[in-house]
Amino acid sequence: MDSSSDFAIETSKLVKTFGDTRAVDGVDLLVGTGVVYGLLGPNGAGKTTTIRMLATLLRPDSGTARVFGQDVVRDAAAVRNRISLTGQFVSIDEGISGHENLVLIGRLLGHSPAAARSRASELLEAFDLAESVGKPAGQYSGGMRRRLDIAASIIVTPDLIFLDEPTAGLDPRSRNHVWNIVRALVAEGTTVLLTTQYLDEADQLANRIAVIDHGRIIAEGTSPELKSSVGYGALRVRLRDHERRSEAEQLLSQALAVPVRGAGDPAVLFARVPNPDQVGRALAALSDADVGVVEFTLGQPSLDEVFLALTGHPVAEDSRKEEVA
Amino acid sequence: MTSSPATPSQSGVDENLRKALAAHSRPSQPNPLYASRTFVWRAMIGFKHAPEQVGEAIVMPFMFVLMFTYLFGGAIAGSTGEYLHYFLPGILVMTVLIMTVNTGAALNSEIAKGVFDRFRTLPFWQPATIVGALVGDAVRYTFAIVMTIGLGMVLGFRPDGGVGGALLALVILLVFAFSVGWIFTTLGMVVRKPESISNTSMMLLFPLSFISNIFTKPETMPGWLEAVARVNPVSHAATAVRGLLHGTATASQIGLVLLVSALLTAIFAPLTMYLYRRKQ
Repeated sequence: MDSSSDFAIETSKLVKTFGDTRAVDGVDLLVGTGVVYGLLGPNGAGKTTTIRMLATLLRPDSGTARVFGQDVVRDAAAVRNRISLTGQFVSIDEGISGHENLVLIGRLLGHSPAAARSRASELLEAFDLAESVGKPAGQYSGGMRRRLDIAASIIVTPDLIFLDEPTAGLDPRSRNHVWNIVRALVAEGTTVLLTTQYLDEADQLANRIAVIDHGRIIAEGTSPELKSSVGYGALRVRLRDHERRSEAEQLLSQALAVPVRGAGDPAVLFARVPNPDQVGRALAALSDADVGVVEFTLGQPSLDEVFLALTGHPVAEDSRKEEVA
Repeated sequence: MTSSPATPSQSGVDENLRKALAAHSRPSQPNPLYASRTFVWRAMIGFKHAPEQVGEAIVMPFMFVLMFTYLFGGAIAGSTGEYLHYFLPGILVMTVLIMTVNTGAALNSEIAKGVFDRFRTLPFWQPATIVGALVGDAVRYTFAIVMTIGLGMVLGFRPDGGVGGALLALVILLVFAFSVGWIFTTLGMVVRKPESISNTSMMLLFPLSFISNIFTKPETMPGWLEAVARVNPVSHAATAVRGLLHGTATASQIGLVLLVSALLTAIFAPLTMYLYRRKQ
């Protein structure tokens, strides 16, 4: 690789506004090569807009962005030679078959018709799409369309691939399939910039994560770093007898030294747990007092909790604006 | 802020997948002709999967031919046969005009769906996407033209220009359609929804088609309307096609259509591409 830079992506004070909305409001990113970098945030946070600027589809209003040292505006053609984009909405031609979709992209990359056909077949095989080879892509399931879309992005394995919410709306099996593809890509040396709304996805795949909200990066680091800033997670306890709820509430808040909240269900209690070791003690306290527990879970902090911890506000309704496509 | 590359679990990655991902070598960039041909190919396989798209192309011209010939032909030209002779070449122009709208609407809907996002990040000659779509549509135009002439001949239309004249008329129609197509691809770049293209286009195309010499001779119109009909480029196209089909075309009639087509392409093709590049 003739990379004139040690970084796959470097942005500085990147800004993009649409009307009154500052979709991206001064984003600084530094992404090393050969890693999966996660951009985590709710709808409308600026993830897609950031990716579209990096993929040369949108011109930044101000700030700079470089991909492998090349400016995304001035050297757009050079950038396009190194990247692939798998957008948030599957961008395949639904009127033609999966194989034909891949041949189309292969030919546009410069493959001869024969070479494009054999590459298409190879990718369909590897992506578990071979049996539906002749069907129009519009009849594929959500998971198949997503895989086809990713296959179209790696007809030539790119140095950097943008995956914009690649598992949104997929069932767990299809999601695992996509995760495996991402892992295989990184193993081949491709840098992956992945956006997601799911903390566990970022957790599973990303070496580093940037949390984005209202067009700004509000936290950056490895998954353990981010989690330690949020607390371990949420303890949820369901009591056998909801009449003993206030007693249980007291015991738990003593043992955990955090406030305990109720939920809609009168038998359920919640608490944010800073340290998982305390959970055993808290449950023991309930059992010592003979307060029956029928169910308990210790969950990972959700994106909402990350947001609450980092921004002091939950994933607000007003930030759920339509992402600018 | 960098981190050491991950150690992804190798066990989860199967051999097929790993092999398929090892294709790092990039072929050299395709030339503009090859890229355009690829988009024509795409249009062809699209028709193969949805042949009804081609079939639908004859609904409008068949309806118009039958309706105007038998309902109005006698009143306008004295006899249905007379009228068919005059009006059929013109309806071919109107047919391709209306079909060009589809090209713009299809483009708009594909851009909205994100199909073009990938094309725009690939390093090939970008106008190929639209050139290819317009040329691919020529298949639909040709089908509609041939079928409509065929229907006309069943009803008694006899072109004196013979096969040669008909072929030249077809060429002129395709050139004209290609150039008008750029107007609607431009529109396809600026409006938000494909439906608004259809609506806007009909508001534009119906007056342009009716205030022309397609249906009646301009000299039967009030003076001011006659003036409009005479300068209307649609009239020039209809005159040239009529002349070629009946073997009476002059070089200046044909030249005028080619000039109009060149002008439309020169204005709207760069405009389309400018908007395409800036489309966000």
